[in-house]
Amino acid sequence: MLRRRLNRLFGRDERRVDSRTIYVGHRPCPATDAFIPPKFCDNRIVSSKYTVWNFLPKNLFEQFRRIANFYFLIIFLVQVIVDTPTSPVTSGLPLFFVITVTAIKQGYEDWLRHKADNEVNKYLVTVLEDGRRARKESEKIKVGDVVEVVEDETFPCDLILLQSSREDETCFVTTASLDGESNHKTHYTVPDTEKGLESLSATVECEQPQPDLYKFVGRMHIYKNDQEPAVRSLGPENLLLKGATLKNTQKIYGVAVYSGMETKMALNYQGKSQKRSVVEKSINAFLLVYLCILVSKALVCTTLKYVWQSQPGQEEPWYNQKTQKEKDANLYLNMFTDFLSFMVLFNFIIPVSMYVTVEMQKFLGSFFISWDKDFFDPEIQEGALVNTSDLNEELGQVEYVFTDKTGTLTQNSMEFIECCIDGFQYKNRDSSTELDGFCVTDGPVSMLQQKAGREEEELFLRALCLCHTVQVKESTGQEDGVGDQVDGVLGLDGEMVHPAELRGFIASSPDEVALVKGAMKYGFTFLGMESKNMRVMNRDKDVETYELLHVLNFDPVRRRMSVIVRSKCGDIMLFCKGADSSIFPRVRQEEVDRIRMHVERNATEGYRTLCVAYKLLSSEEYAQADAGLREARLALDDREAKLMAVYNQVETGMSLIGATAVEDRLQEEAAETMEALQRAGMKVWVLTGDKMETAKSTCYACRLFQRGTELLELTVRTLEDGGRRREERLHEVLLDYHKRSVQDPPPVKTRVTRSWTSAKQDYGFIIDGATLSLLFNSSPDSSHYKSLFLQICQNCTTVLCCRMAPLQKAQIVNMVKNSKGSPITLSIGDGANDVSMILEAHIGIGIKGKEGRQAVRNSDYAIPKLKHLKKLLLGHGHLYYVRIAHLVQYFFYKNLCFILPQFLYQFFCGSSQQPLYDAAYLTMYNICFTSMPILAYSLLEQHICMEVLMSNATLYRDVAKNAMLRWSPFLYWTLLGVYQGLLFFFGVRFLFSNPALQDNGQVFGNWSYGTIVFTVLVFTVTLKLAMDTRHWTWINHFVIWGSLAFYMFFSFFWGGIIWPFLRQQRLYFVFANMLRSVSAWLVIILLVLLSLLPEILLLVLRKPRWPHSRQPSEDRLLQTSRSLPSRPCPTST
Amino acid sequence: MMASSYNAKEDGHVTVPGGGTIQNKKPDNTAFKQQRLPAWQPILTAGTVLPAFFVIGLIFIPIGIGLYVTSNNIKEFEIDYTGTDMSSPCFNCSQSFSWNSTRPCTCALPFSLEQPFESNVFMYYGLSNFYQNHRRYVKSRDDSQLNGDTTSLMNPSKECEPYARNEKMPIAPCGAIANSMFNDTLDLYYIDPNGTRIQIPLMKKGIAWWTDKHVKFRNPGGNPNLTSAFQGTTKPINWRKPVYELDTDAENNGFINEDFIVWMRTAALPTFRKLYRIIQKKNNMTPTLPRGNYTLEVTYNYPVRSFEGRKRVILSTISWMGGKNPFLGIAYITVGSVCFFLGVVLLIIHHKYGSRNNTADIPN
Repeated sequence: MLRRRLNRLFGRDERRVDSRTIYVGHRPCPATDAFIPPKFCDNRIVSSKYTVWNFLPKNLFEQFRRIANFYFLIIFLVQVIVDTPTSPVTSGLPLFFVITVTAIKQGYEDWLRHKADNEVNKYLVTVLEDGRRARKESEKIKVGDVVEVVEDETFPCDLILLQSSREDETCFVTTASLDGESNHKTHYTVPDTEKGLESLSATVECEQPQPDLYKFVGRMHIYKNDQEPAVRSLGPENLLLKGATLKNTQKIYGVAVYSGMETKMALNYQGKSQKRSVVEKSINAFLLVYLCILVSKALVCTTLKYVWQSQPGQEEPWYNQKTQKEKDANLYLNMFTDFLSFMVLFNFIIPVSMYVTVEMQKFLGSFFISWDKDFFDPEIQEGALVNTSDLNEELGQVEYVFTDKTGTLTQNSMEFIECCIDGFQYKNRDSSTELDGFCVTDGPVSMLQQKAGREEEELFLRALCLCHTVQVKESTGQEDGVGDQVDGVLGLDGEMVHPAELRGFIASSPDEVALVKGAMKYGFTFLGMESKNMRVMNRDKDVETYELLHVLNFDPVRRRMSVIVRSKCGDIMLFCKGADSSIFPRVRQEEVDRIRMHVERNATEGYRTLCVAYKLLSSEEYAQADAGLREARLALDDREAKLMAVYNQVETGMSLIGATAVEDRLQEEAAETMEALQRAGMKVWVLTGDKMETAKSTCYACRLFQRGTELLELTVRTLEDGGRRREERLHEVLLDYHKRSVQDPPPVKTRVTRSWTSAKQDYGFIIDGATLSLLFNSSPDSSHYKSLFLQICQNCTTVLCCRMAPLQKAQIVNMVKNSKGSPITLSIGDGANDVSMILEAHIGIGIKGKEGRQAVRNSDYAIPKLKHLKKLLLGHGHLYYVRIAHLVQYFFYKNLCFILPQFLYQFFCGSSQQPLYDAAYLTMYNICFTSMPILAYSLLEQHICMEVLMSNATLYRDVAKNAMLRWSPFLYWTLLGVYQGLLFFFGVRFLFSNPALQDNGQVFGNWSYGTIVFTVLVFTVTLKLAMDTRHWTWINHFVIWGSLAFYMFFSFFWGGIIWPFLRQQRLYFVFANMLRSVSAWLVIILLVLLSLLPEILLLVLRKPRWPHSRQPSEDRLLQTSRSLPSRPCPTST
Repeated sequence: MMASSYNAKEDGHVTVPGGGTIQNKKPDNTAFKQQRLPAWQPILTAGTVLPAFFVIGLIFIPIGIGLYVTSNNIKEFEIDYTGTDMSSPCFNCSQSFSWNSTRPCTCALPFSLEQPFESNVFMYYGLSNFYQNHRRYVKSRDDSQLNGDTTSLMNPSKECEPYARNEKMPIAPCGAIANSMFNDTLDLYYIDPNGTRIQIPLMKKGIAWWTDKHVKFRNPGGNPNLTSAFQGTTKPINWRKPVYELDTDAENNGFINEDFIVWMRTAALPTFRKLYRIIQKKNNMTPTLPRGNYTLEVTYNYPVRSFEGRKRVILSTISWMGGKNPFLGIAYITVGSVCFFLGVVLLIIHHKYGSRNNTADIPN
């Protein structure tokens, strides 16, 4: 949206073109006929929304687009235009307050943004202009400028790296502020541009700006002395992104390609789709009901008014004449304005303040999550992060949990466990302790039974050492003073292990590090890159160097990566490692059989397995591959696809040399967390890209599958059994499973009430990505099978989806989300591949894991560890839900019994819109008298202790399915409001059958009537809340008793002064006089008590049911509390 | 939308290299932030609430009985003098009514009190079907004018329309309420057993709220001469004499006339009573109003038949709780008994369920 708007703003024709051409240093190039400097947007970052001039109109416009604000604006305007019973102030003041506070908040935020923008825009950078270095403000950088950046500076715009001060034509950057990955990434200069920047004459052709941080396709034409221009391909490794920081490099020069709002960083800060919570939907539904009540009340009153007026002598008795203007007015117009007046009189039934309170509750409430020290992880020194506060209560409503496996259920801290070389198993005995794994210098490999040949061994280990993209971190020197050890290890013998272990390896995926470390244990140490040479120290402490020719990057579709290296002796080798399924078809079959057994056994033990293959390339083969790769890399469009094709072509006919097994340990308390979630009635689905066996073993380890669980498998393997068409087989299996799991067992409903330990058959369902896509994309009548599939899944306690592509994860989430009853879904993941499902689910949770920050950035909540999910859902979620549900119900209730007496009064005042309460009371009721207690309640209430909630996961089921905001509780609250409203009004009405209520015989008037009703009202609703409060902190005490005291004080104050500038002194001493009347006191006490009586009764009667729905431990608490009037909550740990 | 495309949290990325999302601080371990504030957690159980029910019952029933007895002891006598009935002495007056008739119409209503009124007697007039709480009526006043503000005196609020001005002259006091002030004169005579009429002295002070009389209502200016203070204003249309001639007593004249102040306090319901006079007890020996025959002499000025209204005179004694009203007593007795009854029921339930719970809990 932002981008579209900006595009329109800066709209230019060149945007139609697919690529842009940039003249480096704005120098015309020989090839182009005429040099037309293309226009691009300047390098100003505008993240602010408003300017000083447009702030007011724009902000007001945006605020009044909210339906609630608009409604209140209309009411206000009606009050201004039509002669209404209450002054415009009564609704104008709250509205003004809300609008102003919001405007100030937004204005402040925008001011901060302006400040931030200015800081960025006015930052001085060095630009090369005709060979001279000139200091410029960052915002003045134009596309095509050659910019100098020194170490630890951030890049002012997206640059193509031209020249680096490092010898190897690279530079290092961190993109921590972009995607949170703090490791150093290597970027490369464009070849042939290193020298003579001043005279460089080149054009860059690249794609139009697009937000993907990891994609860039471009081409550079370099013109040299009228030669044929040299063409160099540009990829993401040449592009330095704005916002990233230069590290370990003195300075670089780069040419600006994208500037300002077109940089990838700016394009990436687009709003996520707004997620709305179910509570909000409930509020809207209730609002509709109350709107109907409001309109019908107004209609009834208008009708009554005209019926009453038609009686003789009533419309205009001699004592109460109309003005001439009123007499002249049109009857129907009068009716209409009367209707509007009644609407205004009763409009308080839909309170402006509810929105404010709900917003405040959400905003302030979310702090408790980020403040929670239980979420603090000492390892990463971070706590939980709340990206949105709109979904707090949704955390208490989760029905489906979709979890990623790697990094979420498991730690993603990989440890090399064993390998298999040429069919022989190698296992490091002390694999559990990493540091002393390498113990014997002469026989580093401990073999179980037999050894493979030494050559195979070494080939395998070399493959491990070479086939990766790991970097050696050079800056370890700062700690422990082992900086120079990187070189020093060469000369040392025995001690080299220690610094080498300390040496940091940086890689995009932790299993690469594990493999390199594993190889190190067996004697092959990767020493790092030296320009384009990879240095490996072999068992004999000799350093071998290999020239890295090509890296065939890893991607999740191929599920493998390869390197092509040239050894010292000139052999060109291709090493490939990848998932078994992607390697096996590409190697010779007889080798597969030897290794497959090991791989599968390792997989069932829960290890991640990788197969390693290699291939010797002849020089012709290499030349062909090299040409293909270069060509594909230069391609401007479809580069990905072309590269893939070449990769696939190169990675064939390899020979399998071994397999590795890496253990991915379970997260702390993963099993306990999963168990708790299941006990809480949530269904856990594991969506992983991993292979079935590994995922299955993780599920067993997490106790998602238990020994008694009957597994229903729906994978490619089960489908292959029949030998018929896969689709038919799929349908057959589906029907069979459906019969077993859905039709035979008792319906789901009965299970909820039943205890968890009962001998009910649990089902687990396993499906893989291929089958899933078959299911989704097969025949046109697949919808039937889809629903079958869904039903099976819903009846299973755990569903495991393995071999999933990121998009398929989102598909699954979407399917469940839109299924019957639209259950609340939660996705939790840590990696970029989980982003799609995190965005898709109602609630997305990111784990601050090791796979970068994308998941965290796109999530609604981020937690450091999986185990925190338990407290987040069972503790915080439950409480937030109870709080907000109570808040909403209470708000509707208190306004119903506020307005009902006013409505009833119309029957006694000739339906003349006479308000029962004074304008001050009307205005202040929701703002001051009754707002703070409910806000405090909605922030602090713990109807059950956090500890109890956590230890009794089943309590979560009590609030499942929006239990507190369904129609029946709503009806209860509404009836309560009606009952109390009737009581207030008629109680005082009967008292006023003789208005002589003082002991001096003086009488009370209509304002005394209203004040008594109002006093009863304020006390009743406040005490009602007090009765509902189960957790009385000093804040609750302060706010509840403080509100009542404030009400008393205010009433005295308001009635104690003849207010200047007011033409009516309605309440002058009304309140004080009321308090002088014993009868008034007595009626107030009576009515408050009588109003609360049904509540008290219900509380007492509801009690005996409790212990049955609680676990024994809670029971015990209740038992003890029965003897004591109160139960102390553990207040400190 | 645009609104959400940039929010404060994301700004961190723009300004702070290294990421604004990283919070390196460990959350404070304060009781508030950890939601561990010491708290009192009351649990309402049958055990704790039961005594409350009994206590409420035990307190409310005596109060109710007290209220009921008090209310019953209050003597009240009511007489309707509207004159709708042919037989009523005031029938003629009610029929021939004109605002500008110079000769007042009077009528006398005889009545007898069966029981003597011992303490001070309060004399009320009551109107029925008179909507003093109609919105147009309630707002038709100008309190700053009544507070003695000279500007408002000459420029009545437009809320007073159509009773703000009469032929360009500002009306004092303006508005419908003032204009329709009750202007019947009521006199009470005791008919001695030997036939002589003795006028009963009626006190007209102390019928309005003290604060109203002394603060809220004030005559304009410091001028002791009210006639000149109200110069330039005209009387309300329906009044027979201007506001400064309401009473001869300077302390009870003009805006601070208590009859006027009482009238200006608009009633809550269309049937209402307003305090008219107080009959003070003379001494302890004789009752204020001994039993016997009385005559109520009415100067009939106030028309109510056009809107089907009724006029009454109420003689009532007053207790600490105010006038006669059995409602509170009955309500208290009812609520008290209901609470007591509920207490008994709950006790039984609690006894049954409680014991059953205990037995059920033991195996757990």
